[in-house]
Amino acid sequence: MQDAKSRFSISREGTVSRKGARKCPPASGPGFQAQTLYFTPGPGAAAAADAPRGPQALLQPPCLPVFWDDIFRRPPERVTEAFTLFCLKDLSQERACGWLKVVGMRQGTMFARGLKRKSAEDGEDVEGGLAGTQATPSYSLQRQSLLDMSLVKLQLCHMLVEPNLCRSVLIANTVRQIQEEMTQDGTWRVLAPQAAGRAPLDRLVSTEILCRSVREQEGERPAADVGDGRTPGLVPGLSAVPSAQALRSPQSSLWEVDSSRENRGGFQKSLDQIFETLESKTPGSVEELFSDVDSSYYDLDAVLTGMVGSTQSGHGSGLQAFTAAATPPPGSSCRSDLGELDHAVEILVET
Amino acid sequence: MARNHAGQFYSGFNRLGPWCSPSGSPAPLSCETGCGEGSWILVCRLLVPTQVSLLSMEEDIDTRKINNSFLRDHSYATEADIISTVEFNHTGELLATGDKGGRVVIFQREQESKNQVHRRGEYNVYSTFQSHEPEFDYLKSLEIEEKINKIRWLPQQNAAYFLLSTNDKTVKLWKVSERDKRPEGYNLKDEEGRLRDPATITTLRVPVLRPMDLMVEATPRRVFANAHTYHINSISVNSDYETYMSADDLRINLWNFEITNQSFNIVDIKPANMEELTEVITAAEFHPHHCNSFVYSSSKGTIRLCDMRASALCDRHSKFFEEPEDPSNRSFFSEIISSISDVKFSHSGRYIMTRDYLTVKVWDLNMENRPIETYQVHDYLRSKLCSLYENDCIFDKFECVWNGSDSVIMTGSYNNFFRMFDRNTKRDVTLEASRENSKPRAILKPRKVCVGGKRRKDEISVDSLDFSKKILHTAWHPSENIIAVAATNNLYIFQDKVN
Repeated sequence: MQDAKSRFSISREGTVSRKGARKCPPASGPGFQAQTLYFTPGPGAAAAADAPRGPQALLQPPCLPVFWDDIFRRPPERVTEAFTLFCLKDLSQERACGWLKVVGMRQGTMFARGLKRKSAEDGEDVEGGLAGTQATPSYSLQRQSLLDMSLVKLQLCHMLVEPNLCRSVLIANTVRQIQEEMTQDGTWRVLAPQAAGRAPLDRLVSTEILCRSVREQEGERPAADVGDGRTPGLVPGLSAVPSAQALRSPQSSLWEVDSSRENRGGFQKSLDQIFETLESKTPGSVEELFSDVDSSYYDLDAVLTGMVGSTQSGHGSGLQAFTAAATPPPGSSCRSDLGELDHAVEILVET
Repeated sequence: MARNHAGQFYSGFNRLGPWCSPSGSPAPLSCETGCGEGSWILVCRLLVPTQVSLLSMEEDIDTRKINNSFLRDHSYATEADIISTVEFNHTGELLATGDKGGRVVIFQREQESKNQVHRRGEYNVYSTFQSHEPEFDYLKSLEIEEKINKIRWLPQQNAAYFLLSTNDKTVKLWKVSERDKRPEGYNLKDEEGRLRDPATITTLRVPVLRPMDLMVEATPRRVFANAHTYHINSISVNSDYETYMSADDLRINLWNFEITNQSFNIVDIKPANMEELTEVITAAEFHPHHCNSFVYSSSKGTIRLCDMRASALCDRHSKFFEEPEDPSNRSFFSEIISSISDVKFSHSGRYIMTRDYLTVKVWDLNMENRPIETYQVHDYLRSKLCSLYENDCIFDKFECVWNGSDSVIMTGSYNNFFRMFDRNTKRDVTLEASRENSKPRAILKPRKVCVGGKRRKDEISVDSLDFSKKILHTAWHPSENIIAVAATNNLYIFQDKVN
């Protein structure tokens, strides 16, 4: 599955050819045993054959869905014996900006779910969809999806009427519970800046280091160094990121291993912000909170996928590509949550 | 505004239409005995006549025409008409409902009469008034909803009726009184009320009281405001009839009915650091006989019994009721579904009943470590918790009620279903409050939700349940088997088939 050298692309006609693909590590998903994610310029932009290669080829705005159901909401573009092809659209659902090729899954289940998605009412059956398939959904994926949903719920406050404190407390407790469990599992990765005043750009860079230079980190420090009780599954997941050369950069020291307490601290910070916002609510603050997270989240995605690609084309271009690709998140400040960044990383890199 | 006109109009309105009240002679009732969960029949379905009332007061429109056009559209229900609380008074003669628009509508039971014995048990509109208005908190730039969260009656001590109604921030004491006599024959005023010219007064006469058409008027007697930072979720009248308490998410205040500018804070669970907040108060109630005891429930599924004699601030409980968690059922939603949405003392004062998302539990006050009875309301939803979390249904707050003899308990569910559990026979029944079954005097058919694969003819599958139709508020007559069920903007009144 981790074929770093092979490259696939999907032409407008839907045929798969081995060119110009970026690859992410295998992840598990609901209803299928193995999958590989391919991101290539979608047919909306240009034919795959004409598409320029390299990190610039990846489109902004990023198109990565948060929930699996976003992908599977529509029936697949193409179903063959070997794989099933889904079209990834950007956030406005208008432009195709990539393809998802899923291999090794039970075709019937995915397709059935795709059809079911069309007729089912929105929002009614997220879990129903997940649980409705014959296969048992991946626990960590479900947990992640629940975490994302909860964070969105916490942020979506009514603008005019005071939000319900009981509901907010219950959701926050659920989020804490998930975070604690993930910390125990070792799947909760937190990157804390050295100083609080670090610019967001640096933080994005440090997350890039997370993806890129883990192999060298592995060599430098034992895996046990990585916090308390992290599962080995984490490290292989990261190392599967195709990183050709480990770039020795001054920011590598940013890859710090935090105790779970720090994790909680960073995470708690986001919860606190939310509670503060809820308590002393002004209409502006919620928007600010929401927009901060929003923009930084997606900008990180763009950066990350850019970085993933850049490692293949050479470490020299990596940083430049990153600098070019990443615009500072508009209006962001150090309020951008570490929590948000981390699970954004997880979505891409998760095992 | 002519309340007289309104009063008469409403009672007239209620009699119109085939669905309102039985017209003609009803089908003979069978002699089958039914206890709490036996056989229930629909007495009447009532609609809060808001839109119609506005029309009628301004113009003289044929009421039948309004009725037909207004009611033809099944889905015509403004959000302001959604009933948010239902409560019988202590004799059961009056039934009060509050809605999202801040209105209180009081229904009165039809008086028994020899020639119309079958009409007993019907409720007609008695009075309606605007209890709370929408407000705006300028400091926080937030609206304060006018939705009536709770209504509690005071026991009747004179000819007038008193009730407490509350929205998120303010509690009001309303006096509802009747007037059926009017003084006439003033010496100094003429018939229209204008002062007469003193020079024209040559004789002396004393006004006499003459009967007039019945007028029901509601006046706010007390307004208890500015005591709650968070949203009031419960009010409870003490058995001494002099004090009552109001509970919000983090604090409980004790009031004296006579004093509106002061209240005592008796429970405060707000942490010094709001970031450490993990638990809120969800409901509170005074003990029915002991004026020093009360209970409050929390979002973590615990109930605390407090004694006000112990200290002024009842932060330390006398008893702590919590059931140990079942490890086999543990999930991320365990805490949310354990959050208690309602707590009610039994009439005897010996038991308390709590409602969490999936179950109703009865606790003995003398045993703190677990409930004595647990009833599954809709356990088939346990596998759907993630969807229910996504669409926010998991946060719905269902209420629960005892019957007069504490032998049957009732609570609501989705799809306009409500459930009754007989504590003695351990039997339960699921009934539906729906327009389709709204033939007057129709016997309610028990419903069943199918969980397995094979669905029988009358069963409804879990996936077909309508989660937008939820019965959150119900009430049971204090002494008879008459229940009021609020389904969105409809109020259904059912009674036991046996008279």
